[in-house]
Amino acid sequence: MIKIAREIRALTIECIASIGQGHIGGSLSIVDALTVLYYKHMNVDPRNPKMEGRDRLVVSKGHAGPAVYATLAHKGYFPKEELQTLNKFGTNLPSHCDMNKTPGVDMTAGSLGQGLSCACGMALGSKLSQDNAYIYCIIGDGESQEGQIWEASMFAAANKLDNLIVMLDNNKLQLCGYTNDVLTLLDPSKKWESFGFYVQSIDGNDINEVDKAITNAKQNKGKPSMIVLNTIKGKGFSYSENAGIDNHSMPISAEILQKAKEELK
Amino acid sequence: MEFRKVLCNELSALMKENEKIVILDADLAKPDGIYPLFVEFPNRCFQVGIAEANMASICAGLSAYGYLPVMVTFAPFATRRVFDQIAVSIAYAKQRVIIVGTDPGITAELNGGTHMSFEDVTIMRSIPDMVIYDAVDDVQLGQAIKQLINLDKNVYIRMPRKVRPTVFNENYKYEYGKADLLKVGTDITIAATGTMVYEALEAAKLLEEDGINAEVISVNTIKPIDKDMILESVKKTNCVVTCENNNINGGLYSVISEILCSNYPAICGAIGIYDEFGQVGKYSDLLEAYHLTPKDIVKKVKEVIKKK
Ligand SMILES: Cc1ncc(C[n+]2csc(CCOP(=O)(O)OP(=O)(O)O)c2C)c(N)n1
Ligand SMILES: [Mg+2]
Repeated sequence: MIKIAREIRALTIECIASIGQGHIGGSLSIVDALTVLYYKHMNVDPRNPKMEGRDRLVVSKGHAGPAVYATLAHKGYFPKEELQTLNKFGTNLPSHCDMNKTPGVDMTAGSLGQGLSCACGMALGSKLSQDNAYIYCIIGDGESQEGQIWEASMFAAANKLDNLIVMLDNNKLQLCGYTNDVLTLLDPSKKWESFGFYVQSIDGNDINEVDKAITNAKQNKGKPSMIVLNTIKGKGFSYSENAGIDNHSMPISAEILQKAKEELK
Repeated sequence: MEFRKVLCNELSALMKENEKIVILDADLAKPDGIYPLFVEFPNRCFQVGIAEANMASICAGLSAYGYLPVMVTFAPFATRRVFDQIAVSIAYAKQRVIIVGTDPGITAELNGGTHMSFEDVTIMRSIPDMVIYDAVDDVQLGQAIKQLINLDKNVYIRMPRKVRPTVFNENYKYEYGKADLLKVGTDITIAATGTMVYEALEAAKLLEEDGINAEVISVNTIKPIDKDMILESVKKTNCVVTCENNNINGGLYSVISEILCSNYPAICGAIGIYDEFGQVGKYSDLLEAYHLTPKDIVKKVKEVIKKK
């Protein structure tokens, strides 16, 4: 899976390079989580993206579209060449995830803070229809400043949505700077614990840790799960990692793409 | 000049004159161009995080304390995302806040459908006494900000972030509540707002080649609208085409139709978004996709003239 994650990183950067600029930081930080989800845990079928009873993923931080598209293309939902159409007029791969455009995308997002509520609705739907599906949701640390995240969290715990596995991409950065400077979450683990979640805090860029944490979360009963992914924004490519605070959205030229390909060989 | 640069410069000047002005941001200060204000006035600029609803009601509280808050974020998050907070905490409670929504409609470009507000004018218009200003160019925006901030009203400023073609020259004088007559004509009135004013002027040039003499009005504030200028023009031309970067349902087309309906019935055609959602694309792609180009305006003008 480490090799797959590296390939998905390269595809993500290629995808962004095709339009010259994009949300590289928040895309690269979740590649390891996406890899483990799609290549180990999620019950999905790329030939039948709308399969009944499938596990679903809501990428609530919808601006991470390029990483999601790279993962879906790698998994075979659509040809890798299509990654070159990112954000071009008429594309099926818009900058923010859209369930009506991209095969394999389970929920539309882009206005931050709404996806976790959508995931709660899906988890509830799965319980009602008794299909034993797991609903995964990835939210941003900046995104968690939205009040709706906490409304959804209260709801999930009160309704014992133990089929809901939430991952916080705790990359410590948001658009204008460090999350702790913009508006601190203090200790996210304690917050979600107090909201009634089963919380695990791990290295979110370590494939094995992510894998273990998801396995634990699936076995946990009676509570929704929160996996705090401690990640690095822009992870895996020196250009974006080193840009730090400025890596939310970056230009990717042909030379930079070449550099990425060499680093990620 | 970039519109966001104009916004930042004007706010900086106004903050020096009026110490009651405070700035609120929801993690978009950098792309919205107002980050320099956080450096210049660190005690009067507040970062609320990605929490627009909270920001709108915080503004109401600051207003209740005698401050004049200016909240800035992308147009959809400045309006639809916080509509109840604006309606109740701000407007109904009779507090005063300046709301700046950036990259409205197709100027959201590559941010795509979720960020492409085609309804902001429509919904904001439904709040009693809300002023709605749709920026035409950098020259006008600079002057307008000054006047709008000093009104004793809630104001929604709708503006692109980056560069758009300049329409007005350096002698231009913006006057709050007044429209601008940009081209005198006799065959049809073209009433446009925001970035569509430029497209309307281009259309008028094309029409000239076809022997059609169009009058072009830049509407500036959609609310309050300069009813007198519009009626005066239509009494001469007897037909109108409206041009807007918003859903025609409830936008400029509706406003002008309402005026005509109760004062001087005349045929009115619409250039704008025909009840659709946004999508990713460059400005020029989107102009074509939603039939907003000068050529589309020309076509609409001819259709309307035939019916009059
Ligand atoms: C409601 C809303 N407000 C603002 C934005 C603009 N925006 C897009 S990404 C972003 C920062 C997100 O930070 P975080 O959730 O930490 O994501 P990441 O660090 O993973 O990129 C902002 C403010 C938005 N998309 N939606
Ligand atoms: Mg973050």
